[in-house]
Amino acid sequence: MNARHVVVVGAGPAGLSAAAAAAERGAAVTLLDAADQLGGQYWRHLPAERAGDDEAVLHHGWKTFQQLQATLEKSPSVEIVRQAQVWSLETAGTATGSQDAAAALQVLVGEVDGPDRRALTLAPDALVLATGAHDRTLPFPGWTLPGVFTAGAAQALAKGERIAVGQRVVVAGAGPFLLPVASSLSQAGARVAAVIEAGTPSSLAAGWLSKPWQLVGAAHKSGELFGYLTHQLRGRIPYRTARAVIEAHGGDRVEAVTIAELDRRWAPIPGTEEQIACDAVCVSHGFTPRLELAIAVGAALSADRFVVVDPAQRTSVRAVFAAGEITGIGGVDAALVEGRIAGHVAAGGDHRDRALGTALRDRLRTTAFAHRIEAAHGIRPGWTGWLRPDTIVCRCEETTLAAVHHAVAATDSRSLRSTKLSTRAGLGICQARICGRSVETLLAEPTDSTEPPITAAPGPGSDRRPIVTPVRLGELAALAGVLVVIDPPSTSTPVPAPATPPPLES
Amino acid sequence: MTPTPVDPSRDPAHPRESALITITLDGREVIGRSGQTVAGMMLAAGIQQWRRTSVDAAPRGVFCGIGVCFDCLVTINGLRDVRACLRRARDGDVVVAQHDRLPATPVQHPDPS
Repeated sequence: MNARHVVVVGAGPAGLSAAAAAAERGAAVTLLDAADQLGGQYWRHLPAERAGDDEAVLHHGWKTFQQLQATLEKSPSVEIVRQAQVWSLETAGTATGSQDAAAALQVLVGEVDGPDRRALTLAPDALVLATGAHDRTLPFPGWTLPGVFTAGAAQALAKGERIAVGQRVVVAGAGPFLLPVASSLSQAGARVAAVIEAGTPSSLAAGWLSKPWQLVGAAHKSGELFGYLTHQLRGRIPYRTARAVIEAHGGDRVEAVTIAELDRRWAPIPGTEEQIACDAVCVSHGFTPRLELAIAVGAALSADRFVVVDPAQRTSVRAVFAAGEITGIGGVDAALVEGRIAGHVAAGGDHRDRALGTALRDRLRTTAFAHRIEAAHGIRPGWTGWLRPDTIVCRCEETTLAAVHHAVAATDSRSLRSTKLSTRAGLGICQARICGRSVETLLAEPTDSTEPPITAAPGPGSDRRPIVTPVRLGELAALAGVLVVIDPPSTSTPVPAPATPPPLES
Repeated sequence: MTPTPVDPSRDPAHPRESALITITLDGREVIGRSGQTVAGMMLAAGIQQWRRTSVDAAPRGVFCGIGVCFDCLVTINGLRDVRACLRRARDGDVVVAQHDRLPATPVQHPDPS
């Protein structure tokens, strides 16, 4: 078969849409996802044996998901590989067997974190990265207590397990995502004590109301938002703006939180603190794109660290495309339309093709939506004002703010790498996914107000992870005999495998 | 005052009732339904913390719920470092909470000065 081989990584809205469009354009498609079900975080759902007859009530666009899933599952030119963890990506080279391959992906397929996963190497003609994003939670005193969750965790547990993370829950952070989380929680039987939004009324107004015609334009999205707002008003959940959870209290689990008013820079205003009793708090201040594969393939990133794409969703690397949240936090409508364009062009089409219909026009609207989210809810630098010297910054290694400051003073270095090695912040098993960007912010923050602002060095920062996810040494050892060896590119860290595989001991 | 499963008879999603399964956490029996994750079963049973951290021996459980933070790591049937929030539970799974202590004597590094 001469069809172009397109690999799509990630089976959330963008990846599903990309896979469907690529197959429709005649490509042979391999769709990979680390989870054991399709849908990504957005359409995280009950497992087959517990599927709900009325699961649609838990989701927006559930029908779209079901249609995409059905189309892909019955398409003979689409291979869906679930539980497929891409753990390394190398730029194309001689050893892939084809100079024309977009990249070479090393994949482990099987039960999560399992010891016996099957190794798979893929060297497709085109690659679509649709790896999505995860919650970004800023540290605050007490955030390591059990009962503190990311908002995404509350959502995943509500949709995928039918569990409410608490009975009296505070939802806090920034962004429109807090509303569906509050909605899911109350649907799961929890009482949402309050939604605490850091955005100030003026930034919210600037973001959401300055261009009301766009709100009409992004019809789906605004309908979704207004749906949540009405749901909240009906349920009488207090929605409080310009405030943040600045501390969680409790012995070995959360019993209350302190909230405080914030100024425009998100610095807590002394004297405005109040306590709210709760048994769970769900906190998200936005999203961090999952950039490991984009960085490994050498794709250019923007200053605010998203993957740069052209109107056809091409990255700066030949035959590598990106769609969805890794190109900007734009929500499900943006992801679907970007995926559609990326898949179509990856399969050999042109983004101006009639087959894409209104996709290009739709994307303009969804891109505008992404800008408005940032304007209304984007993280402001004053948040570091709610940290204390003993606040844990890196959850894995339990590194405190004081330790980071001490290392900066003692080493006279604000280098991320140096700080990581001297304090262990970001060196733990999550590979700095949770703390990386916060540590970068702290390093870029002047120690006293007389210092000029420090500009963080451009580049991938804490998001560079040559080993994309922790892999067991035994699995690597078992791979030694079958690893494809590639000349390491000069710009990225080489593969862990030696150039000549060592003899196997067994 | 803990995580609570949705009462199936009042769940608007009407999930199907899958088979009952039993796992153990540090010897304690936890009953749940097939299809739940290990973390899901423990949370639904009101267990909110299991791992202890190395430095402060502080309790941890689920934080991100989607496999990103690794706070929920457990040993399952002898296999260490499995993310409880992602691993589907199987009847009879033996789950052990992890507490990886730091070495009793700090590692001595040569004085750099």
